[in-house]
Formats: sequence, C-alpha cells, structure tokens
Amino acid sequence: MQLVLRELRAAWAFVERNFNLTKRYWKWEVVFLAYTVANSVTMGFIGKGVESFSGAVVDVNYLILYMLIGSILWGYLSILFEIVAETVAWERWEETIEYTFMSPISRATHLLSVCWYSILYGLLRSALILFFVSWFFKLNLSEANIAAAGGVLAVGSLSFIGLGMIAAILPLISPEKGVQVVHIFQALLLMFSGVYYEVEVLPMWMQKVAWISPATYALKGMREAILEGKAFTSLNNYTIPLLLMGIVMLPVGIFAFKKMEEHAKKKGLLKRNG
Amino acid sequence: MISKEAALSVNQVSKYFIKKRKDPLKAVDNITFSIDVGETFGVLGPNGSGKSTLIRMISTLLIPDQGTIQVFGYNTEKDSVKVRGLINRVSVEASFFKKLSAIENLLFTAGLYGIPKKQAKEKLNVIFEKIGLDKKRLSDPIEDFSRGMQQKVSIARAFLTAPRLLLLDEPTTGLDPRAKKEVQALIFEVKEQYGTTILLTTHDMYEAQELCSRVSILHKGQIRKMGKINQLIESVPKTGFKETTLEDVFLHYTGTNLNAEQEKAEEMREVS
Repeated sequence: MQLVLRELRAAWAFVERNFNLTKRYWKWEVVFLAYTVANSVTMGFIGKGVESFSGAVVDVNYLILYMLIGSILWGYLSILFEIVAETVAWERWEETIEYTFMSPISRATHLLSVCWYSILYGLLRSALILFFVSWFFKLNLSEANIAAAGGVLAVGSLSFIGLGMIAAILPLISPEKGVQVVHIFQALLLMFSGVYYEVEVLPMWMQKVAWISPATYALKGMREAILEGKAFTSLNNYTIPLLLMGIVMLPVGIFAFKKMEEHAKKKGLLKRNG
Repeated sequence: MISKEAALSVNQVSKYFIKKRKDPLKAVDNITFSIDVGETFGVLGPNGSGKSTLIRMISTLLIPDQGTIQVFGYNTEKDSVKVRGLINRVSVEASFFKKLSAIENLLFTAGLYGIPKKQAKEKLNVIFEKIGLDKKRLSDPIEDFSRGMQQKVSIARAFLTAPRLLLLDEPTTGLDPRAKKEVQALIFEVKEQYGTTILLTTHDMYEAQELCSRVSILHKGQIRKMGKINQLIESVPKTGFKETTLEDVFLHYTGTNLNAEQEKAEEMREVS
C-alpha cells in the first residue's frame, strides 16, 4: 500500500510539474495554439476550395469537418509525442535529467504520468481547436457525437502512448538529433493512417501498413462519430482494435524504453549535456 | 578491503568509454574502496580523473563495465531503485527547472521521493532556517537566484530526501569565496545533525582537509593513494623547511606534466 501511495505521489509530482511549466510558458502556449488553429483553418479552406476547383457539388460542411478531424488528430498526436519524447530532451536541456533518473520511482510511473498529463493537455487543446474552427466556419455540429469522438481518442491514446514511449527512446540514444527523428516518426504514422484522406486511396503495400497503425482506427472512429453522429458503442470496429493495440503497445513501449535506458547507462548517454 | 558495515563498497570497478577509431578511454580503472557509515570520504583528483564518472556510477546513472558497487548492501545495478532511495547528490550545476520557483522545484523532488506535501513543507521550513534562505524569495524562478543561492537550494533538495549516502560532486566549484564558505559550513552542519555518510569529490584541498576524515587521490581513473589526511601528508617526502600540505600530496601523486593532463581531461570530457 505504501509503495502504491509513493508511486501515486510521484505520478502526481510529474503532472503538477508539467502543469507549472505550462503555466510559466503560457504566452508560448497561446502562440502554439494560434499556430495549430491557423493550420486547421487552412485545412478547412482546402476542404472548401475543392468545390471551386473541381466544379463538383460537394457537402462543404462535411468536407471541412473531414479535414478538420485529420488536423485535430495531427495536433493531438504532435502534443502527445512532443511531451512524451521531451521527457528526455527537455530534462536534458534543463539539466535535471540526472536528478529525475536517479529518483527512486519506477520508470513505468515516470513515463505513464508524463503521458497522462499529455493526454489531458492534448484533449483540452483539441477541444479548443474544434471550438475555434467550428465557430470560424460556422460548422453545423448538431449531428456530431463529440463525446463518442473523445472516447475513441481516449481509447486510441493507450497505443499512442506506447508509440510515444518508443519515440522517446530516440532522444535518449541520440541527444543531438533524437527529437527531430521523433517528428519524422510522427509524420510517417500520419501519412500511412489517412490523416486527410481515406487509407483506401493508398497503394496496397501502404494500406497494409495502415491497418496496423492505431491512428487509422482513431481517425475512422472519430470521423464516424462526428460526421455521422454514431454512438460510442457502435464504433466497436475501431475501439476494439485500438484497445487491443493499446494492451500490446503500452507494455512494449515501457519495456523498450527500459531496455534503451539500460543501454544509455552503459554508454554514458544519460547525462546533462548532449 | 571491503567492510561488511560499509555505507558504500566499490569493488574492482572499471568504466571505459569507446570513441570512434580510438582506443577505449579508461575513465575509472579497477578501483576499490569502502566508506563506513557516518564517514565523510573525499575523492581528490584533477579534471578528467574519473571523479564524476565514479559518482554517476554510484548514482545508478552509469553501469560499470567491471566490478560491483554496493550502497548499504544493495547492488547499484540489480537493486537500483532501492539504492536510489538511499542516496542523493549535489553537483557542480544546481540543475533545476529554471522557470519554476525554488519551492516548486523542491516540492517536485519531494513528490518523486514519496514525501507528502505537508511533511515536505514542514521539513523545508527547518532546512531553510538552517541554510539561511530568504523565504520571501522562494516563489521566485530559480533563474533569478545567484549561483551560491542555487547551490544552497540544491543542498536543501538533497537533505529534504534524508539520504543515507550523500554524493557531493564538486559542490563549491565556481562559487565566490563567501558562498563557498557558506556552503562548506552548511555541509558540515547538516552532516553533524543528520549523521549522513558523505562522499565528496573536489579539487579544493582546503575543503577536503576541513570536511573529510579520509581521502583518496584519483588520477587517470586509478586510486593513487588513500588514507587519513595526516597519513597522506606523512607519505610524501618533505622538501626544504616548508610543512607538507595536502596540495603537495596531491601534486606528488598526480604528476607534474600539467599540459598533458589538461589534454587528457579535455578528451575525457568529450566522451564521458
């Protein structure tokens, strides 16, 4: 019991520290939010522009929302991956890495609590972006099941966290370039997963990759919830694979990180300066 | 010889760093020593002699290539979480989240060590009193603090977790003489009060003489000499009428080719 309490206190310490850091950098948070909103609005205009350059009559509201969901998931994954990947990079930059890694907590608690914060923060940001962009385009969300979409995102987050932990290994083993490689990893994930298109338009070999990517299921599930107003319970085709992937990827992520931490400790990579 | 009652046992430990197209650098080369419970033990050595590598191995941040390290009987590799609960460290850089306040940084540490917030605040009040930190400034970002003040907060962080073994890695390097004196007095005072076992690495001979009961001289990753300070002084032949000092001992055992030493130190810093 005492051990559980201790780990819970440590988990809360990470959440509180990240919240305090977000608070201290609030002006930058506003700037990044504006940047993400601008990106999402651009995607919305691409949706709107399809009618004018194709000449076809399309449901513009549907198209904008379709693009917007891709953009929101992109933003959400960016935040999640950035926060998790920067578990190492940020601490190295602040020169606190050695102190955090020599504290008596399990690595699973360390990583999961950082992920927990990133999910809360990512969901809040995604909701804000959806609100701003729907207001900007005067989108009709009366049919959308926002709660079901949030549920799909939450279930998908389990496997995203697992992937995020694997991504966090990169800054651990490469202090200089690790964070940039995380961005490439993230871009590949979204390219294969149909962020602004259906995966069926991809070449067959890419489609095969798409079906093992959790982002594919998260995007499809969220789109059905928002565009067709489907209930969470009717999205089992997406939520069950997401859950199964999460059950596999989460422990795999923790295990992989621990293994690479051991490697970093052997090679002397776990240090303040790159 | 390894003592059964030792707070720290370092047994035939080596650590090498491999650099592309070069021979492995022996940062720590087959060293053995132990520290008794409550003792303050100094490790003296020039830059690049392996002091920080040794500290990082004891801190579980580096895994030795050979040999074993035990902290109160726990192996640093196999029982690393247990070891981490028994130790803390103060290093050259204070290492805090610079935008966060002193109190936010310290409460974060308390959380990591499972100390309830209320208990941590009470404990910190006592430590702040002892350290002489102005409580009004504790809500200011750490980046606004002077180096000496940051180092005092760093010491507060270490004592907040009540470590049984405290690793002091050149804690006064880069401090002005006043701040240095204050930090040294603080280390001495808290050590007396808490009875903590201390491993101090330094190249400040006065500091070693004031704080340590025994010292070892580390050079090129090897222990060249170890013992009580008076024993070390006696081991060096007198030159002229001048009394032999710990500095003479240090120079005697670490050689005189300072340029070559400096080059080696630079190389070590690059890879470790």
